[in-house]
Amino acid sequence: MTRALVLLRRRLVGSVFVLAIVVVGTFLLLESAPGDAVDAYIAATGGDAGLVEALRQRWGLDQSELTRLANYLWALAHLDLGQSVAFSRPIRDVILERLPNTLLLMGSATALSFGLGSALGIYAGSRPGSFRDRFLSIGSLALYAVPGFWLGLVLTVLFSVKWRWFPIAGIETVASGRTGFARAADIAWHLALPVASLGVIYLALYLRMMRAGMAEIWRMDFIRAARARGIARRRIVLAHVARNALLPLVTMLGLQSAQMLGGSVVIESVFSVPGLGRLAQEAVAQRDTPLLLGIILISAVLVIVINLLVDIAYAALDPRVGASEAGA
Amino acid sequence: MSRLARFLSVPEAASGTLILALLAAMALLAPVLFPGDPMRIAGPALLPPFQDWSLPLGTDRLGRDVLAELFHGARTSLAVGLAAAAASLAIGALVGTLAGFAGGLADEALMRVTDAFQTVPGFLLALAFVSIVGPSLGVVVAAIALSAWTGPARVARAEVLSIRERDYVAAARVVGMHPVEIALREVLPNALPPVLALSSVIVAGAILTEAALSFLGLGDPNRVTWGGMIAEGRTVLRSAPFLSVVPGIALVLTVLGIYLAGEGAVESSAVRKGLS
Repeated sequence: MTRALVLLRRRLVGSVFVLAIVVVGTFLLLESAPGDAVDAYIAATGGDAGLVEALRQRWGLDQSELTRLANYLWALAHLDLGQSVAFSRPIRDVILERLPNTLLLMGSATALSFGLGSALGIYAGSRPGSFRDRFLSIGSLALYAVPGFWLGLVLTVLFSVKWRWFPIAGIETVASGRTGFARAADIAWHLALPVASLGVIYLALYLRMMRAGMAEIWRMDFIRAARARGIARRRIVLAHVARNALLPLVTMLGLQSAQMLGGSVVIESVFSVPGLGRLAQEAVAQRDTPLLLGIILISAVLVIVINLLVDIAYAALDPRVGASEAGA
Repeated sequence: MSRLARFLSVPEAASGTLILALLAAMALLAPVLFPGDPMRIAGPALLPPFQDWSLPLGTDRLGRDVLAELFHGARTSLAVGLAAAAASLAIGALVGTLAGFAGGLADEALMRVTDAFQTVPGFLLALAFVSIVGPSLGVVVAAIALSAWTGPARVARAEVLSIRERDYVAAARVVGMHPVEIALREVLPNALPPVLALSSVIVAGAILTEAALSFLGLGDPNRVTWGGMIAEGRTVLRSAPFLSVVPGIALVLTVLGIYLAGEGAVESSAVRKGLS
């Protein structure tokens, strides 16, 4: 366990630096936006010049840039992301309210794409160069070219408008009064199409990585040795080839989390899933820059946490990772 | 010539090149075949495809010629995709070369910045950038480049780390070349091939990002984009789904053509290596 702890400590230190850069970056973006929170507030509610001055003073916007950065950091240290103009509520509360839906969407899409993608990858990679390998290879390339938001619209036209199998939008039936298992089933029914739209491109990615990795490993000496020892083909495929090809996919799981979070912005907008991505689009539509930057900040934290978890999982799967450092 | 022949003998490369050639022809011929503003009203609204042969793909909600929009959209998609990819490859190669060549604290600082950019979801960053600066073609290109330069930077740095210890770099140092000159004139050109190998993925990603931005209404409002067309068609998705489906197919074919050509390039160079 010390291995994982050493690794975790080193990654945490690195993450602090990265997060500091992200914070300063979002502050600079916020500063470069035309108009400030007061302008947005006045535009939404109206008021005279005297109120503008008073608000600037009260929110500390009349101070120098460095002081404002210090104030920003001080507020962040207290987990205060500021006030959302569009929602007239603390940004933190708005984000926390939406976060679970996005996590559910991303988690399901990841599970679907990783599970099905690696399984199909093993199926294709178990016989490199065969018809099924070529077929799945070209098919996954085609899937990889499909933009998720367009796929979402096509799925909606087919499954929601034409055949009416799935609901068009939302995350659950409004005011249905369902609880427990019935509610979970209702949410799953609503999320089926968004999860498919978000996950398909990653399914293709994992499939391609798995079969490419397996094609490499088939050529290695230890596979020839395993064959010479007379180990059953099925066992070679699963326990020797696929197992070794799986490790890069685990790394990709962390690397892709940022991209998937970005992808969920459009998917959530297509299906009106009240998550973080939809919130980002609402923030853009209502010109609520502090809210948008709060979302970026939280996304960065989320990506860092996911990557830390993936690192720990990787260390558990691969005994070579961190072994030298723990010994030193 | 034999190199081109070998490239085209790979089926992926041949089909990818065909798609891209058709697309380039569409983009180049758009102003010739469909002169004038593609956003002007050309006929009755919501005309279905294959009804009127002067408007083969019909018209959209506002009576605009869908085929003309499709051709002009190809122009925007290709222009934005290529410009954004060129910008991100250039920024990435430059940052990666400087980080790898300078080493030490500069390397550490540049790589932490790269980490930070990779931690923030690229699409969210592009979204924030466009919404703050305002949607225009240049801003969209900059936003996409901002979210896509980190991959090339990492590859360039790794390559530079192996190149900077070579003899010809040492020779350049002995001759008394300035370190910046060595980095940019000796190291950078030799570190480029693996960076350029990323270009198919980067161009495809840039086209998809541009489409997603336009879909959310953050594209240049004065230009036809495929993403914008899909968003337009979405409002009449029940009655006229083809308005969203057709530009989407164009998008899929474009990206697929780029991937196929890239795949073919890798395969044909692998064949060459195997033969030598």
